[in-house]
Amino acid sequence: MPKDGGIGASTVRREDVRFLTGTGQYCDDMNMFGQTSAVFARSTVANGVIKSIDTSAAEAMPGVLAVFTGEDFVEVGGNPAGWLINSRDGEPMKEPKRPVLAHGKVRHVGDAYAAVIAETIEQAKDAVEAIEADIEELPALVNMKDALAADHYVHDEIGTNQCFDWGWIEDNRAATDAAIKGAHHVTTLELVNNRLVPNAMEPRCSMAQYNRANDEYVLHTTSQNPHLTRLLISAFVLGIPENKLTVIAPDVGGGFGSKIYHYGEEALVLAAAKKIGRPVKWTADRTEAFLTDAHGRDHVTKIELAMDKDGNFLAFRTETMANVGAYLSNFSTATPTFLHGTLMAGNYTVPNVYVNVKAVFTNTAPVDAYRGAGRPEATFSLERVIDKAAREIGMDPIELRRKNFIKPDQYPFASAAGLEYDSGNYDALMDQMEKVADVAGFEARRKASEKKGKLRGFGVNAYIEACGIAPSNLVGVLGSRVGLYDAATVRVNATGNLSVMVGAHSHGQGHETAFPQVVAEMLGIDPQSIDIVHGDTSKIPFGMGTYGSRSLAVCGSAVVRATEKIINKAKKIAAHMLEASDGDIELKDGVFSVAGTDKSVTFGEVALKAYIPHEFPLEDIEPGLEETAFYDPANFTYPSGAYCCEVEVDPETGKVTVESMTAVDDFGNVINPMIVTGQVHGGLGQGIGQALLENTTYDENGQLLSASYMDYVMPRADDLPFYTVDHSQGNACTHNPLGVKGCGEAGAIGSPPTVVNAVIDALQSGGKSVTHIDMPMTPHRVWSAMQNA
Amino acid sequence: MNLSDSREINADVATVWAALLDPEVLKACVPGCQEMTGSADEGFEATVVQKVGPVKATFKGAVQMSEIVEPVSMTISGEGKGGAAGFAKGGADVRLEAQGDSTILHYEVEAKVGGKLAQLGSRIIDGFAKKMADQFFNNFQDAVGAPVAGEEEDAAGGNDETKKKGWFKRLVS
Repeated sequence: MPKDGGIGASTVRREDVRFLTGTGQYCDDMNMFGQTSAVFARSTVANGVIKSIDTSAAEAMPGVLAVFTGEDFVEVGGNPAGWLINSRDGEPMKEPKRPVLAHGKVRHVGDAYAAVIAETIEQAKDAVEAIEADIEELPALVNMKDALAADHYVHDEIGTNQCFDWGWIEDNRAATDAAIKGAHHVTTLELVNNRLVPNAMEPRCSMAQYNRANDEYVLHTTSQNPHLTRLLISAFVLGIPENKLTVIAPDVGGGFGSKIYHYGEEALVLAAAKKIGRPVKWTADRTEAFLTDAHGRDHVTKIELAMDKDGNFLAFRTETMANVGAYLSNFSTATPTFLHGTLMAGNYTVPNVYVNVKAVFTNTAPVDAYRGAGRPEATFSLERVIDKAAREIGMDPIELRRKNFIKPDQYPFASAAGLEYDSGNYDALMDQMEKVADVAGFEARRKASEKKGKLRGFGVNAYIEACGIAPSNLVGVLGSRVGLYDAATVRVNATGNLSVMVGAHSHGQGHETAFPQVVAEMLGIDPQSIDIVHGDTSKIPFGMGTYGSRSLAVCGSAVVRATEKIINKAKKIAAHMLEASDGDIELKDGVFSVAGTDKSVTFGEVALKAYIPHEFPLEDIEPGLEETAFYDPANFTYPSGAYCCEVEVDPETGKVTVESMTAVDDFGNVINPMIVTGQVHGGLGQGIGQALLENTTYDENGQLLSASYMDYVMPRADDLPFYTVDHSQGNACTHNPLGVKGCGEAGAIGSPPTVVNAVIDALQSGGKSVTHIDMPMTPHRVWSAMQNA
Repeated sequence: MNLSDSREINADVATVWAALLDPEVLKACVPGCQEMTGSADEGFEATVVQKVGPVKATFKGAVQMSEIVEPVSMTISGEGKGGAAGFAKGGADVRLEAQGDSTILHYEVEAKVGGKLAQLGSRIIDGFAKKMADQFFNNFQDAVGAPVAGEEEDAAGGNDETKKKGWFKRLVS
């Protein structure tokens, strides 16, 4: 069929019509009859003992309906970590309780210790000011090294600031140490993966309703995974039975990881709605978003690469401190471990890999998965140390990578970090990158830059990541407390249109366009007759949500399985209608026909028959045409890519401009190339933002200094180059029915080391012996590095 | 944030010392001060309205004097709470040194801010503190000291002798 609708078509995103015309329905757009406002009292100190909280003045303020403190939630559960990590000595990680509201102690600036519910938001804000909290400030633990050495703790009850000390793979430690000890050349690099604030365009918002007639709750909330939020609230925090709680995540304006997690504000508005018997809404302001959305990255790492005399990789050894902030967020223990350590063999045949990660509590906002989640940290460490090694041994950085690449005939490949890569061709990616980026022409462009007084640098990077998170059996062994399958229901309505209920949540990924393309391709019908339903636990069988570039690989596969069931049943109905055997029925372009005859019925006629089952063989076929499938993959998917960029550095000011950025990715099969390109663009923007601009700064007292857009620099259009994005070199994933791998995070994974490598190249071309600059490479840092070189 | 500087006050050490401990003088000199009560022995209570960048707030604070070596030096420490705007707290070591008829006031301030003040104002807080200090000492000079040489010329047109003295000096002399 012509590719204007099915798999492979660059169908324009149908959801953009409402987004671009102001008719999207976000949480805060929704208002309920009798709605009240919640405002939180948040700690202004990073670490403090709550001596007393006097709410009497606040309660007496006009319009105030209720005031809550941590005391009100002592009896309920805490917000748990979703992944159990065991330390090297076998001890389970430390898991201090994360309460709905701080109780006893406040542990970071922004930690909520009380909440006011009032008729209006203004009244609630005024009443928050009237809360008398006597909080005795304690010295803050901000820096991870200090926190590990300190004799006072973020959580006194655990008696340490170390959450865990994890080794991966512990049994490989001795061999890795030996390989490094005996190596011809060892390159060492110490680096910081800078802490980032996610900055979704829409701040978090939660609105709860309680119906006392049937004891049911409805929570509208900004979530990437409403089912997981419901599960956490039901099973761990408030104990509301799942059949009494509906969680709805309507249009959500970006998440980047920060909206995967359940937050205390959601539990608070639910409890408040029940107490006052009216809907309660809370909407974060931008400052609250900075202070309390889970941050990303924040690793301090030492990595060593050992090579033989020919540049063959012998071992990677990594020691990382990962900041988890003041409380464990839901994925915060998985992100620096299994989403990071398992990728530390990269695209390479290196035989020895060992990773040690110490997770550290500090008096800062919780840190969790942020676009890429662990894999950007892995790629950054690997690709920076490889680049440094190439310079040390005088080998071209592309050649050194190629020398050590896994070759196409080696798949499936068991990596030294414990994963089994199913498919890939890293040389082909590199070939394509060299071609589309005109790498051969770089020297001429460098000369042109030099004529302008600028230093030009070329940076390259090869990455692999693990997406489609993922196989329940595997993640269960690795410590996950949830399964990571997904689910879909395909409902064919009587008049032949379809509602497809999916467990993945779309908040920018274009599911409403891409998923119908898959179903339309399989059924041979018009994609416009197919609608996706997502984000409502009362409408969808189940789902684990959207993160880790998993939607299409996992949930899309569930859609395929459910659609296959639809086809099977429809064939039976068609066979009955055509008085043939269902084995002889063929489906093509939306028409069921009996093989070798001209007898046929359309998909629409079959749908109608399913719901008007006159003369139906009820003993063989049930009426209706609706099927559900749960899909649990056999493995992660392994997207990979070769990226390069060129930068200009102004030697007078240290300012870096990215002149070009080329991303050649292997995403396997591509359903909608335009959406994939857009996803890569977004990731590249965030990656370049991390490399050059974004930094989260706490002062020594734990005050967040970069808490507004005056101080936290987001990339703007004029900070970014035109991108060259190429996904022509796809190798289909071997274990999911669509052969797809996932594209949402690649740009943010591949670009930061590419930019840093290019800047180092530029400075060295200018005769400066700079070997590393930590991100963000601000003009000040670059200029200072040049002065000190 | 740290700030250390010295200012010449055109009054003798005893006058400067007494003024530093007088709530009325402090109220007049602290920029934005609405109220100042208490004493040097028991500490002062103050209400100050200030705008730091985008954050405007009423700060209620307590100030204590300690390490008092009369009339040479003392340590002033305090904390102001500005509700949703956050807080400011810190201390100042003050030392007086006679220089002829006037006094050199040395000060070393160590202060920290928290909450919205830090989140929104961190980049401007140093400049703000310097401005506050300048305003305070200009006011203090006006209150305590006789006009310094430059100002005397400006004021020379006026015949009113008392104008040349600060109002505090008039009160105590």
